[in-house]
Parts: sequence; C-alpha cells; structure tokens
Amino acid sequence: MDDLLSEFLTETTENLSVLDLELVKLEQNPDDPALLGNIFRLVHTIKGTCGFLGLPRLESVAHAAENVLGKIRDGELGVSAQAISLILESLDRVKTIMAALEATETEPAGDDADLIGRLNDLAAGRAAAPASAAPPAAAAPSEAAAAPAADIAAAAPAAESIESELPNEESEEAPAGAARPSEAGKEPSVAGQTIRVNVDLLENLMTMVSELVLTRNQLMQILRSQKDSEFTAPLQRLSHVTTELQEGVMKTRMQPIGNAWAKLPRLVRDLALELGKKLDLRMLGAETELDRQVLEMIKDPLTHMVRNSADHGIETPAERLKAGKPEQGTITLNAYHEGGHIVIEISDDGRGLALDKIRKKALSAGLATEAELAAMTDQQIQQFIFRAGFSTASQVTSVSGRGVGMDVVRTNIEKIGGTIELKSVAGKGSSFIIKIPLTLAIVSALIVECAGERFAIPQISVVELVRAAENSENRIERLHDTPVLRLRNRLLPLVSLQDLLRLGAPREASSETFIVVAQVGTYSFGIIVDRVFDTEEIVVKPVAPILRDITMFSGNTILGDGSVIMILDPNGIAAASGEKTVEEGGVREQVAARAEKGGEKTSLLLFRAGGEGPKAVPLALVARLEEVELQKIEESNGKPVVQYRGKLMPLVTIDPGYRLGKEGRQPVLVFADGERNMGLVVDEILDIVEEQLTVELAAERQGYIGSAIVAGKATDVIDAGYFLTLAFEDWFSPEAEAEDGGKRVLVVDDSPFFRNLLAPLLSVAGYRVTTVESADRALGLCEAGEDFDVIISDIEMPGMNGFQFAETVRGSTRWQNTPIVALSSHTTPKDLHRGREAGFADYVAKFDRDALLNTLSETLSLQKGAA
Amino acid sequence: MTHDLADPRRTKAANSSEGSDFVSIVIADQLFGIPVLQVQDVLGPQRITRVPLAPPEVAGSLNLRGRIVTAIDIRTRLGLPELADGKSRMSVVVDHGGELYSLMVDQVGEVLSLSPSAFERNPATLDPRWREVSAGIYRLDGSLLVVLDVARLLLLTSRAEAA
Repeated sequence: MDDLLSEFLTETTENLSVLDLELVKLEQNPDDPALLGNIFRLVHTIKGTCGFLGLPRLESVAHAAENVLGKIRDGELGVSAQAISLILESLDRVKTIMAALEATETEPAGDDADLIGRLNDLAAGRAAAPASAAPPAAAAPSEAAAAPAADIAAAAPAAESIESELPNEESEEAPAGAARPSEAGKEPSVAGQTIRVNVDLLENLMTMVSELVLTRNQLMQILRSQKDSEFTAPLQRLSHVTTELQEGVMKTRMQPIGNAWAKLPRLVRDLALELGKKLDLRMLGAETELDRQVLEMIKDPLTHMVRNSADHGIETPAERLKAGKPEQGTITLNAYHEGGHIVIEISDDGRGLALDKIRKKALSAGLATEAELAAMTDQQIQQFIFRAGFSTASQVTSVSGRGVGMDVVRTNIEKIGGTIELKSVAGKGSSFIIKIPLTLAIVSALIVECAGERFAIPQISVVELVRAAENSENRIERLHDTPVLRLRNRLLPLVSLQDLLRLGAPREASSETFIVVAQVGTYSFGIIVDRVFDTEEIVVKPVAPILRDITMFSGNTILGDGSVIMILDPNGIAAASGEKTVEEGGVREQVAARAEKGGEKTSLLLFRAGGEGPKAVPLALVARLEEVELQKIEESNGKPVVQYRGKLMPLVTIDPGYRLGKEGRQPVLVFADGERNMGLVVDEILDIVEEQLTVELAAERQGYIGSAIVAGKATDVIDAGYFLTLAFEDWFSPEAEAEDGGKRVLVVDDSPFFRNLLAPLLSVAGYRVTTVESADRALGLCEAGEDFDVIISDIEMPGMNGFQFAETVRGSTRWQNTPIVALSSHTTPKDLHRGREAGFADYVAKFDRDALLNTLSETLSLQKGAA
Repeated sequence: MTHDLADPRRTKAANSSEGSDFVSIVIADQLFGIPVLQVQDVLGPQRITRVPLAPPEVAGSLNLRGRIVTAIDIRTRLGLPELADGKSRMSVVVDHGGELYSLMVDQVGEVLSLSPSAFERNPATLDPRWREVSAGIYRLDGSLLVVLDVARLLLLTSRAEAA
C-alpha cells in the first residue's frame, strides 16, 4: 500500500475516534469553545488531507460537516442533539468509505448527496429531514486499537512522532486486502498494526541499549581473560540477546531512504516543465534503510542536489541532441549499503561542471588568485562549488542559483559524520557520492596509539593503513620538517598525531610507525601513529562542555576494557594540518579561511636573514625564489653580482655588514622589474603564510616597514623598496622616470602598510608615486595644483570613503577627467557596479599585483585614446 | 536522570550554604569543604585518560560506572605545585549542569556539620585565585575551612580555556 495512504488511514482513524469522544462531550458542554475549536480543527484536517490525496467523496462529506461546525463555532447555530447526530453520522460515513479505501486502495463508488444535502440544510438553518439510517460503522475494530495512541497523536504534531511499522506489514497487507475486499473489516487493519511512539522514547531506548552494549563489551573482555568460567554460557547468551536487542531497537529507528525521495519525482516533473527540459528520474535502492535522524538530515541536501542536477547539470533538449545524447536527460539516485555505511549517489548525464565558469567565479569572488587557480588541478577547482556563496548559474532562476547551496549540503553531511565526493567529466555528467554512517549512535572505529595514549578514528574516514619503516619501501621522507609519504606514485602529506596533539615526550626513534590514510572530501592525508589495534564498535558520547572547543575530537567513548578514549575528528585534523602544509588541501583551507573571515589577508613569505627572528615580505613583491651557488658570485663595481638568466643580477644582503660565504648554496629572493632583477640574499626560507596583517610602524631602521605578528611570532616586515634602491641607485630616481615619461600616480589608502607596499611596487613598474593617507589630503593636493595621470583609491577609509571621494572628484574638481581606479578587498559584482556609478574607471582586488599593473596601463592607454 | 535530581539539590544547597553539611577535603594541608548535597561520589585513585590540548586544569577523563567524567586537578586550578609523585590521590565527583566532574584532591575527610555562626566572608586580602573559587570561610577549632564554589571553580576553567 502506498505509504502516504497508509499514513493517512492511521492518522484519520485516530482523529475520528478522538472526534467521537469530543462530540459527545460537546453535546454535554455545548458552550466550551476550546472543545469546539478542537473538533473543528480535526474535521478540517481530515478534509484537507482528503483533498490533498485526491479523495473527493471523503472530502465533500468532511467539507459539509465542517461547514456545520463552522456555523456552530460562529454562534449561528446552536448545539443540538440533532446537529451532533448529523455530524456523527457523517463521521460514520467517513469511516465506511475509509474501510473500503483500506481494502481496495480506492474510494468506493457511492452517493453522499443525501447526507450532504441534510448537512447543508442544517448549516443554512433549514429544518432537516429526519436522519436516515446511517450505514454501519465498519471500521469499528480499528477504533479500539487506535484509541490508546490517539491522545499522543493529538497532542504531538505529526512531525514529532514517527510510525514504527511492524515488519512486512506493507508488503503483505496490501495484497491480502486486495484479494479479499469483503473480509477487510475482519482483518486487523493497518491502523491497528501500527502505533505511534514518541521519538524521545525511541531515543531513550537507543541510549539505554548503547549503554548495554558497552557493558556487554566490558563483560566479554573480562571473560576473555578467564578460562573455564562458569559465566561463559550465560554471558554468551547475554551477548546474543544484547546484539539482537540492539538490532531491534535500531530497526525501530530505521526508515527506507525512499521516504526522503518521495517528493522528488514530482519536483523533477515540475522542473522539467519549468525549464523546458526532458528529465527522467531513476531511483535505485529506495528500500535501503537508514536511521531516521540521519534521514532527516540528508533530506534537504538531497532535494537540493537533484534540483541542481536538473537546473545546472542537464542541458536543454536541443543542446543534448547537438552533443549526440538522447533528448531526455537522466538523473539517477542510487543508495546501497557498504560496510556499515550508506552510500548515496546522485548522478546526471548532463554537461558536467563548467570549470571555466568556476574559475572565473572564484576569481571574481576573491576566493583565489589567478596564480593559485593556475596551480590547481581540475578536481581542486571543482571543489569550489562547496564554498559559501558560490553559484555558477549566471542567472538567478526560481529553481536554483541563489548562491546558497552546495556549501550547506556539505556542512549538513559533515555534521553527521559523512563525506561527500564529486566526480565530474565535461560533457558526460557529474556525480556526487555521499557516504554516511548507518546510525549516529554506534560507529565502528579504529583504535590507534600514539605516545602511549589511545585514540579512536571513525572507520568511515579511514581509507587504508600503511606500515612505514626505515628499511621498507614505505618510508617517511621529510620536506623541510614536513613529513610526506610516497604512496603509489603520489605524495601523501602526513600529520604527526604526536605533534598535532602536543603529546610531548619525543618518542625514541622507533623503527616502525603506522600511517592511517584518511580522507576528508577529496583531501587525503596520513596520520602518523605508533601502533594500530583493532576496530571496535563504539558509542559516541559528546565531550564535556569545557572541552568542546578542541576541534580535534568529535566525542569520546568507553572501550571494552573500561577506559575512556577520545574520538579523533578527521575534519578537525585536516583543517589544522591544512594550515601547516601548503598542499592541495592547504591551499583550499587557507582560501576558505580568507573567504570566511572576509578580512584583508596578505600572503607573506617568511624567511630568516641577518639575525634569528623571522622576517617577512609580501609575496606579491617577490618574483621568484632561487638558490645561487656562492662560488659563482662575482664582483662588479665593488658589489656582489651573479649571472642570472644571461644578465648580471646584483645581490643585496639585509645586514650591510654581512659577508657572503665562499662555498655552498644560498637562497635568494628575486625581485624583478621587466629587464632588471635584484636578489636579496637570505639565510633560510621558512614558510609562506596567509595572515591578516597589522603592521606596527616602528621603522626608524632603514629597510624595515615595521613589525607584525605573523604565525604567532613577532616578525620584521622588510621594505622591499629600500633594498631595490640599494641594488640600483637609479631605480626610483627621476632620470629613470623621465626616460619612460613616468606617469604620475596618486595612491590614497589609509593603511600605512599598503601605502608602503604599493609605492615600491608601482615605482618598480615605472610610475612616479605620491601617497596620501586620506581622501581629504588627496583633495588638498588637488587644490594645491598638483596633477596626476591616474589615481588609485582604497574604498574603506575613515572619514570620506572611496565612493564619496570618487564622486567628489568626478563632480567638480580639476581632476574630473583623471581616471580613478578602486582598490578593494571586496570585489563582488555589486561593489563593481557601485564603483562604476561612483565614477571609478576600474576595480582591482587589493592583493593582485598583476591585475593592478594591467589595469593601470589599460586605464592610461584608454585615457590617451580618449584625449 | 541525574538532571532530575540535580536541580532541587542545587537549590537546596544554595539556600543552606551558610550552615550546612560539608564534605571536607584537604589540598596542600588546607582544609576545604564542598556542600554535601553537590557531591555524587568519592573515589580512590582512578585510571585517567589524558585529553590532549585541554586546559591545564583538566587532568583527563575517567569512566565512572559507564559515565564519562571530566577530572579537574584542583591543585593546578589553585596554582599550587603538583603533588609529589607516588602518592595516591582521591577525587570528589560533583554534578554541574547535568555533567559530572571529578575534582582531584589530596585527601577526603569526613562530613562536617557546621553552624552558621562560624561562617565568615572571604578576607579581602585573600589571593585572587582563591577568592574566585571560595564561597566563604568557616572557623573551626584549630583550622579554617574554605567553602569551594563548585560552579565558579568549573566556570572559570572554561573561561581560562577560552582566553
């Protein structure tokens, strides 16, 4: 029998028996408005549901009865024995129809005109004809069964309770009923076989069973250490019963995934009409069962993804024919069990993800720079769709493309300990693979040991185990302190659990370690542990509130031996390690961090030179990192130079007194300007970090902009411009500018750091630069008669902001024809639009050196063309 | 189930905090008292699982008859040096907001019934770290008893962690 129908029958039977009682009460207390309200509501619900299910006979009867009750409620009709009898009679009619409905799954033929006519007469205030004999109440047996549960159902809205149906009820009841319609009344009805149970009760049962499982595990552990115990047999039996009980209780919470899919065919049909596409939805494995809690959590994500496939994935029929595909696009949902997990695949045979669009969108949303994008694999680029606010639909349709989407899907799935993977082939289609645990309460976990402590890692994230030893083929190698492992021709980033959790006590160099290869999304990494034990079924318990901030743990549990153990959260570990390793996942995490905080972040190159403390330079200024052989250093004009790409490159040291060695190699930061290169000799390159920079200006020392806290350490930020002048005295000199005709640039930015960053950058590019810290100062220069070829202005500034500044300049100053370029960390299309309106010629992201230079030269050449 | 019991108990303990029964404990030779109604259990030395990255006051987690209990080292909380190795330690398990915490102390003594007349507020000169967690002082014969304010003892742990 159709799920919806059997649910309706259960619910309505309950409502009807409540109504019987309430109506009798109403007859005794005709003036109780609450009672009347309740009756009205119940009848209204029945009517509404009938209409929804397309049951016209039931609906019309219920409607007529509702009319009468409405009149009574409004005080137009008095509560009379006659009215109550008539309503009860109509309820009996409803029951009769329902009994037939239950047997045949269709409304029986019949005419209710007489009953409806009398109800309408009553509603209209006409004296009703004497009641004709009502048909017998065929559904009576079901009433009794449903009655105990009725009050729960009435009190709790439908969403609060679930139906726990007896096994096989659906498959056997329907054919039996269909075969013997005449006997339907005698058979235990659907309504009688199902009871409604409060979800809380089931949750409680589950908790108790979980505890029982733990205790059982403990007992079994004790038993194992004792030989020939008289407890062996009873404990074995206890163990069996516990397992069966656990399965039984888990079953009460299980629902077929088809329940979450029920609305999809309709959705797809409507979408097909709306979008003018031909869509076919195939659903495989709808009977696969999973925990209702999990089911609830994935319902919305699934709907969203099917919607996405229909809207973005599948092409229009014309496009499909052109691509040599059948006109009709297919969306396939497939669910199946796989080792304690449920796998759900949502795939379509559409056009696949448009990488170009994603790249563009990532760039314009400031999620990644062009350089970062260029270095990414296709798979990494596809991952952008899981980012907040990311939608490639160029048009906002009613279907999707509102920019909320896959990020929410991913968050929801990760919340329940699941993973989501994406595979997409251009022109062939995309498929999403969701892997979720069968139940949230009991999970299978791998027990590992590190520095004498044991931890559990959920099995769902574990891909494989690798034994690593010095002399075996799997050997841990190091890239400047970062451990990596060669695994089947791929470099796997490794995380040392010992370092990550600060377990201290550097373990004596043991000859072998184990690597747990874990996967979070598409990011694979290895967790280095000392030992690996068994897998164990564990009951996840939340950690104490004062420990909840530690993102490395998703919970804790008690093992069979009675000890408490922390459960590691692979997502947390990936996030923490991603910041350390600038690996595929690392880039993503950093980019994500930037997107989330929305603050101004700068990529900084950290190095050591002339002193112990770390030093930093904005990465945007550095052209390349090189290593020079000290033997090859020559001298020219009393200064060290090295042959580099067929030219002489001057070398500069941070500390003027620093003597270069004679042998070995030394890392060099290369700053480039067209033809010219300059090398800054450093001792060691430490790292590249992305940080929100707050520079404290303290630069009495030449060559330093100031100091900042980078990666938790006080770091000197060097002034690249100063070292450029050391290498080429004429680098910024007026002669050089005169040669290129040196365009004059005015930089308006309130941040001293950016002024100091931009000035050398632009100077290097051949501009004459003037910097001011506010719009007011810039306008002052205008009044003072200064002229510039182009103005670069920040948007967010104290006092007059960039937009106001641009409007003022455009309005009525001498500079009204000078192009203004906006410089901002926010480059959403909305900002761009607003910038254009305010009079900006162009809009550039703050950290994109190349884009800024390109924009400047374009703007200036446009200006020339116009002049 | 503990939820149901905890609330009335706590209210009662709060109402009668100035004249009631206390479980006496000793930490670094100082006598402390915890209102008896807040105490769930007294434990001998336990096997404790360390929790990496936790605040220093958190000694770890332990299994108390199937419930996971967070162990708090009161010595660390009060800024006292660690107990010399080898000595066994005892714990007092208290309920706070439905969660159980095991407070690790040097020794647990008997339950004392104290009269309100012996109660005094904290001396103004008390070490701020102690004043935070002390709900007042009882004058006993020959010694002083510091009433531990369990809620603040635990609350500050989480604040210290956030900082």
